[in-house]
Amino acid sequence: MHEMSLCEGVLQVLEDEAKRQNFTKVKSVWLEIGTMSGVEIEAMRFCFDAVVGNSLADGAKLEIIEIPAEAWCLNCAQSVAVKQRFDACPVCGSYQLQVIRGDEMRIKELEVE
Amino acid sequence: MCTVCGCGEGDTKLEGQSIHQLPPHAFIRGAGGHHHHAHTHSHAPGMTQARMVQIEQDILGKNNQYAARNRQWFADRAILALNLVSSPGSGKTTLLTETLTRLQGNVPMAVVEGDQQTSNDADRIRATGVPALQINTGKGCHLDAHMVGHALESLPIDNGGILFIENVGNLVCPAAFDLGEAHKVVILSVTEGEDKPIKYPDMFHAANLMILNKIDLLPYLRFDVAKCEEYARRVNPNIQILHVSATSGEGMEGWLNWLQQQRP
Repeated sequence: MHEMSLCEGVLQVLEDEAKRQNFTKVKSVWLEIGTMSGVEIEAMRFCFDAVVGNSLADGAKLEIIEIPAEAWCLNCAQSVAVKQRFDACPVCGSYQLQVIRGDEMRIKELEVE
Repeated sequence: MCTVCGCGEGDTKLEGQSIHQLPPHAFIRGAGGHHHHAHTHSHAPGMTQARMVQIEQDILGKNNQYAARNRQWFADRAILALNLVSSPGSGKTTLLTETLTRLQGNVPMAVVEGDQQTSNDADRIRATGVPALQINTGKGCHLDAHMVGHALESLPIDNGGILFIENVGNLVCPAAFDLGEAHKVVILSVTEGEDKPIKYPDMFHAANLMILNKIDLLPYLRFDVAKCEEYARRVNPNIQILHVSATSGEGMEGWLNWLQQQRP
């Protein structure tokens, strides 16, 4: 959706952490992206290279860990796998679902110098 | 120049003025001609070594920090802040001008207007006598908490008032950006498709209230209200729904009551 802004957000975190944790170069970035976060992975990769050019993460490798979405079905009282927000519970067909996983947009770890 | 965060924001403009005079940060810095080459050889002892750093931070962490700051600012002043989101053309600005006209004199109010370009909407708001500030996002597709924080520095609003933030007309991106508001209010007009809630589920999921606008036009349209509401509840079982026509005034009372109930 707004992968350019998200990549700018990633770069901001990298720049802040570089000062805090004392590194000058980022070689790899691991992101955790939930399947329901609205992030288009391919667009993210494309924007990442553009955004980090000439920064401390120029040429850094982007590793994306996808997190499958899960919801709590209020009707079945159990957690079920879902693909989209408007999915019905695959067990009972109810729409009374609360997403418990799959919203993530997190920077997990970095390889730095 | 920004004294709070010390950063620039590219093309973002507040009332036509750049919000910082510093060079834009974090925007495309490519095209520098620097070619990165693989760097796999081992390092001699004593030289810089590659190491792993645990971060575990939300990508939108920075925005969320600004949002928390805005939220505190609102709480300190007992201000109700609402983030109005919709597609372009849903009637947000008309609903807003009608709301301001009806509440004026009873409640202190102010408006932040987000659009890519022009100050047309802020001009419409000011015509009602309520102070408004226009943010032009330039290339940006949404308002973020940082822009809103800057708007608060120069927008006059009394304690106990209501701040309406009219976001950029876009049902996708604004869903992810917390501005520090109490509620997102999504406006869907009946001249759009009734399946918008499942086409753009993130936004309807993020909103606490859906206003079905332009309902005076229902007799001329094939818009299935029940279906639309069912779709909205599929993506957000707790969403509240109001039927309104800003033009005919139908349902405006319900909306004004809702506003009254949300005030801190």
